[in-house]
Amino acid sequence: MKKEHRIAFAVMVAALLLAPLVVYPVFLMKVMCFALFASAFNLLVGYGGLLSFGHAMFLGTAGYASAHAAKVWGFPPEAAILFGTLCSAALGVVSGLLAIRRQGIYFAMITLALAQMIFFFYLQAPFTGGEDGIQAVPRGRLLGFVDLSNIWAMYATVLTIFLGGFLLIYRAIHSPFGQVLKSIRENEARAISLGYDTTRYKLLAYVLSATLAGLAGATKALVFQLASLTDAHWSMSGEVVLMTLVGGLGTLFGPAVGALVIISMEHYLAQLGAWVTIVQGIIFVVCVLAFRRGIVGELARILRKPL
Amino acid sequence: MTEIFGIPVQAFMGQLLIGLINGSFYALLSLGLAVIFGLLNIINFTHGAQYMMGAFCAYLLLNKAGLGYWPSLVIAPVVVGITGVVIERTMLKRLYNLDHLYGLLLTFGLALIIQGVFRNEYGTSGQPYAMPKELTGGHNLGFMFLPTYRAWVIVFSLFVCLATWFIIEKTKLGAYLRAATENPALVQAFGVNVPRMITLTYGFGVGLAALAGVMAGPIYQVSPQMGADLIIVVFAVVVIGGMGSIMGSIVTGFGLGIIEGLTKVFYPEASNTVIFVIMAIVLLVKPAGLFGRER
Repeated sequence: MKKEHRIAFAVMVAALLLAPLVVYPVFLMKVMCFALFASAFNLLVGYGGLLSFGHAMFLGTAGYASAHAAKVWGFPPEAAILFGTLCSAALGVVSGLLAIRRQGIYFAMITLALAQMIFFFYLQAPFTGGEDGIQAVPRGRLLGFVDLSNIWAMYATVLTIFLGGFLLIYRAIHSPFGQVLKSIRENEARAISLGYDTTRYKLLAYVLSATLAGLAGATKALVFQLASLTDAHWSMSGEVVLMTLVGGLGTLFGPAVGALVIISMEHYLAQLGAWVTIVQGIIFVVCVLAFRRGIVGELARILRKPL
Repeated sequence: MTEIFGIPVQAFMGQLLIGLINGSFYALLSLGLAVIFGLLNIINFTHGAQYMMGAFCAYLLLNKAGLGYWPSLVIAPVVVGITGVVIERTMLKRLYNLDHLYGLLLTFGLALIIQGVFRNEYGTSGQPYAMPKELTGGHNLGFMFLPTYRAWVIVFSLFVCLATWFIIEKTKLGAYLRAATENPALVQAFGVNVPRMITLTYGFGVGLAALAGVMAGPIYQVSPQMGADLIIVVFAVVVIGGMGSIMGSIVTGFGLGIIEGLTKVFYPEASNTVIFVIMAIVLLVKPAGLFGRER
């Protein structure tokens, strides 16, 4: 790890260890789930240049799969999370094979349409409980002995999952694979001419992003003991785009910061109803017109260090 | 009673009609998206919200100004088109030198704002919009009952689609437009005011969406969310048809509407998803879309 990354990572870990002393832990767990979700999304758009507008399908799929496994089949939490994540990975392979056949704007429209198809499937499928979702999902005992109904055990688990996912994304970005991915973003024709099978790299990035988004969704389902249609709706896909955009597209820490900002905003504006949507829309417009680097991107520019 | 494939002919024709109506809206909306994309290279995510604005504009003209359906059919597209011109002049034009994806993000944000404002004002429930007197009632065709208003929607939107096709493919103005789509710098060098053309094209595309909204008012209810889910289906229609050809958008729009209607007859569970499934198949077989070309 570069020095500035090490410092920033240490600050983030320290903040997440100390924050529950002053902030409601369930709120922090929600932020961490969305931070992982947004970081996974950023791996695809920020480094691969592929804007997916359907990432909610992975969050929703993993949520339903892990909730169903934990509640109906009685899976222990680690197996439920693993199962949910694998379901998202499988969906990532299928939808990825379709979506990467087109680029740019078409890619965004195709992922959006596929996610809408998945949403309608969950709306009608009997096991998802329709509008009610899957409620009262048991958290169970992690590895057979850690009781996750204890909030601190749950917090430690979510923190471990988030940091593990974050480090995996860091590793992927700073590997030869990540370098090829960036070269595809900058100039795909050139990457092809250098002999890289760009389709395979794009598919791999897409599936990796889907898998980690699934990990976030499965964890979130256990934290809230609920899997619902909200997680699979297109507005959720828009929300993750917004988080990443606010934090900074293509920055390592941006999505996590963006998740914190957007979740906090929704938390404080929740009683204002439709205003949340309006404020989200305004943030979108302002970010695109005047603040394209995002919070962390601007910070990195001021400090002249990649973050 | 007569039957087609074991389905009563009345039900079959009824769903076919609904399919044609939906197809009219798909065609009008995807046509607008294609025209805008051709010149601006932007996918207009606000299209669904602008369709809704058209419907609300007609609703407000009726309830606040006492102007009925026929004046609304002209006024609403013009008013919403002007708001489109303002959006293009103040915001979209700053994005032309950037990655196309920023246009998508900006218009998505605008759609959220517009839908949020209308939901604040009118709630989520739909407002009814009465049919114009001249078009109430219907005709008994012997094998089915054809409501006059629905026939009007199909015929009129077909007319608007074909007129748009004619303007773009057969007139001098359309020739400029097609040339600017290919190479804007060269067309500008010939003395054509391309930036103004871009602005008016956006306004025109948005106006088409608003026109579809006015026509949809008496059939569906006027509600803030009416365009939100529709636009996603229209995106799938655009992917299936490919945005290269105007006639392609029209044919795909009507065709998919009919297919969706028939799915409601034979396998209702899949009627929400059939267009997305077709999109997946088309991507496997012909990734550029049925009428598209790689660009």
